[in-house]
Amino acid sequence: MQTITRQTLLDKAVSLLNSGAVTCVLGWKKGEFDYDITPAIFRSAEDLEANFVWNDFCGANFSKYLVAKTDRLDGKMLVFLKPCDTYSFNQLLTEHRFDREKVYAVGIPCEGMADIAKIKAITGDGISSIACDEKISVTTLYADAPVVIDSKDVLLERCENCKSKKHVAYDELLCEEGETIDSNRFDEVARLEAMTPDERFAFWQNELSRCIRCNACRDACPACTCEKCVFDNPKSGVENKAPANSFEEKLFHIIRAYHVAGRCTDCGECSRVCPQNIPLHLLNRKFIKDINEFYGEYQAGEEVGSRAPLVNYTQDDIEPGDVFNRGGDNNA
Amino acid sequence: MRKCSLDKLDLVFAEIAKNAELYLPVDGSDGGAVYQKWTEGTKRSEKLNTVKSPKDFFFPQTEDLMAFKTEGKSIDVIDTRKAAEDFVVFGVRACDVKAFDVLDRVFMVEPQDSYYTTKREHGVIIALACNKPSETCFCKTFGIDPKEPMGDISAWETDSEIFFKANNEKGEALLSKLSGLLADCADDAADAQKEKIDAIMDKLPLKGLTTEGFGGGKTEELFNRPEWAELSESCLGCGTCTFVCPTCQCYDIKDFNTGNGVLRYRCWDSCMYSDFTKMAHGNNRLTQKERFRQRFMHKLVYYPENNDGLFSCVGCGRCLAKCPISMNIAKVMKKMGGKASE
Amino acid sequence: MQVKEFKPLIVAFCCNWCSYAGADLAGNNRLNYPADVKIIRVPCSCRVNPMFILRAFQRGADGVIICGCHPGDCHYTSGNYYTRRRMATLFSMLDFLGIERERTRLEWVSAAEGAKFAATMNDFVEQVTALGENKRLEDLRCKR
Repeated sequence: MQTITRQTLLDKAVSLLNSGAVTCVLGWKKGEFDYDITPAIFRSAEDLEANFVWNDFCGANFSKYLVAKTDRLDGKMLVFLKPCDTYSFNQLLTEHRFDREKVYAVGIPCEGMADIAKIKAITGDGISSIACDEKISVTTLYADAPVVIDSKDVLLERCENCKSKKHVAYDELLCEEGETIDSNRFDEVARLEAMTPDERFAFWQNELSRCIRCNACRDACPACTCEKCVFDNPKSGVENKAPANSFEEKLFHIIRAYHVAGRCTDCGECSRVCPQNIPLHLLNRKFIKDINEFYGEYQAGEEVGSRAPLVNYTQDDIEPGDVFNRGGDNNA
Repeated sequence: MRKCSLDKLDLVFAEIAKNAELYLPVDGSDGGAVYQKWTEGTKRSEKLNTVKSPKDFFFPQTEDLMAFKTEGKSIDVIDTRKAAEDFVVFGVRACDVKAFDVLDRVFMVEPQDSYYTTKREHGVIIALACNKPSETCFCKTFGIDPKEPMGDISAWETDSEIFFKANNEKGEALLSKLSGLLADCADDAADAQKEKIDAIMDKLPLKGLTTEGFGGGKTEELFNRPEWAELSESCLGCGTCTFVCPTCQCYDIKDFNTGNGVLRYRCWDSCMYSDFTKMAHGNNRLTQKERFRQRFMHKLVYYPENNDGLFSCVGCGRCLAKCPISMNIAKVMKKMGGKASE
Repeated sequence: MQVKEFKPLIVAFCCNWCSYAGADLAGNNRLNYPADVKIIRVPCSCRVNPMFILRAFQRGADGVIICGCHPGDCHYTSGNYYTRRRMATLFSMLDFLGIERERTRLEWVSAAEGAKFAATMNDFVEQVTALGENKRLEDLRCKR
């Protein structure tokens, strides 16, 4: 469950809107069911009262919306930021992708967001309602009694391995200052690294073969904010729209992950939005892990203005040929 | 109507697989269901439906059309088509079967699309009634009855038995080959199951969704409505909804330079993309609002206008489940159309 | 039936200011290296976008080598330092996907090192020959 209530956020939004401090609010809008929540811009207190929600399904990272939505905006936009969202927020500021003056950022605590797929794996299909209190209580069309689930058991992968409860950017914080967490987020990468190349190849072949090239991973990514993506440009020679074969899939996913390497804050949106449940975050985390090991610990978005590792160098960086000879890695 | 007990279903599959490739939904490694070729021991998925729709069988995501090779001044056109083989798809839901009607009206009118038509002729669809519809289902909105799936053969499943009924000659031909395994039964044998399905349909959260306010002739009325801006506001412009959709039929034809020739292929395209239907001057839909509007206007207004009122949405609910930001056709219909008749 | 001997196709991206001249020197000195190495001249090793490497594999390369100026010697001061970081992370990623790590290499070869150029290419060709055909990053459409 979340420690901060909808009412607290609503009161904050309404008072800022009524005082004229902000002209609109970027928040979560309720959907048809209790879990299908849409990011939305609220412009009136009435709209907020009627449609604003805050529960265990508010996973969407708002930072990317600031790029498009604050452009030509009159006044300020209020945005609620969970700790992980603030890293993307800073990274976008570092890249000068939106005007900080146009945003009023309110940091809110987050206890981790629920994954509806994991819930459905427990309760089955046909959910008629979900109540998010201390525990998540799910009523379905096919069971007589609601199924009660501990929210800790159905967290999104990225929340299971949450890297920080600390807000690195805000104008106002609605909770105590949090701490970064020693998470186990690189465990799965390490597990893959310990496999033989054949096993790794088989693993990724299986995962990537499901790709339908919907581009959701790219379009949801707060680090992917190019005005024109190379994969949308007919002149690039790689704009093939569909995963015609296994080469295309690899090309797309290597380049997507590489393009954000050093800038990716590990917010996990790519995996959250993938309709085919491909663990795309593992590609990004591999880069983060490598960068940490080769060039020193670096967390994108931790501070505004930091120089990303791949646009930086030292005179005695590791040679590519030595990357595999660092000991402990005996799977050649 | 014919029937067999569920534990004999594998024998039926084996019999079908003797003469044709048989595909059915199985659980994929990520938990989602996916159509896979049946071989001895393949376990059928218990999920309501597959993540991707079965339109792939007739209209694959990418399909080679032809190839070219140049030598000096001559160009060789190479036919890349393979000989079509018979196949059977088991477990297609009523909504997805209806989606084939939508596709047929695009690909099988003059000039016929031979790539699609050939596959359609060689495929036999065994449709299966939905015992456990999901909260995202709204097929009834479009007049589809999940207890009466069409297809070449309709099938109903109970806890212990499965019933088959042929709907045309193609279906009858397949069923007659299975006569050794199936027993004749009364035409109302599956009625108890049908009643159960009806009872559940009445409980679905989207049961009140109506098509009122949509249909042919509504272009003027709907096109400039202010709600489009609000609805499309958070659309990311990805192609998830169009690629999981059983009726989306837009494609692009592209030439791929292989380094030693040219391969002409077609692949699904998405009206959500910035380079969709790009012309010399660019894309005529400049913002995501226009692209978003195009998708829903096409499904709910343009298509029915050109196809005797048939909507090109079948209420399968895939886009409701998969949209990264949970904006979907049900929300659009509620916002723009007639109010639900609760 | 005689089995056709496998001859790998190697793409070598060579910096205009060092290894490209190094290749020239190797030629002038009549040093042998296999003709299977196809050299692409680039203004700096830093010009090599990761996409170039993948595209080379797509079009049938069995190995890709990038040759640049020794660290500290870049004609543009620091280009090769960026190359080094890029290739270290990219090669590591390719390995993570299960693609043979021996198919890619980065070497520093100056304009004076004709012998090193020839030796490097001989060694790399031998290494890739041992691996055989590139199967894991191949594009079937591009097969002849």
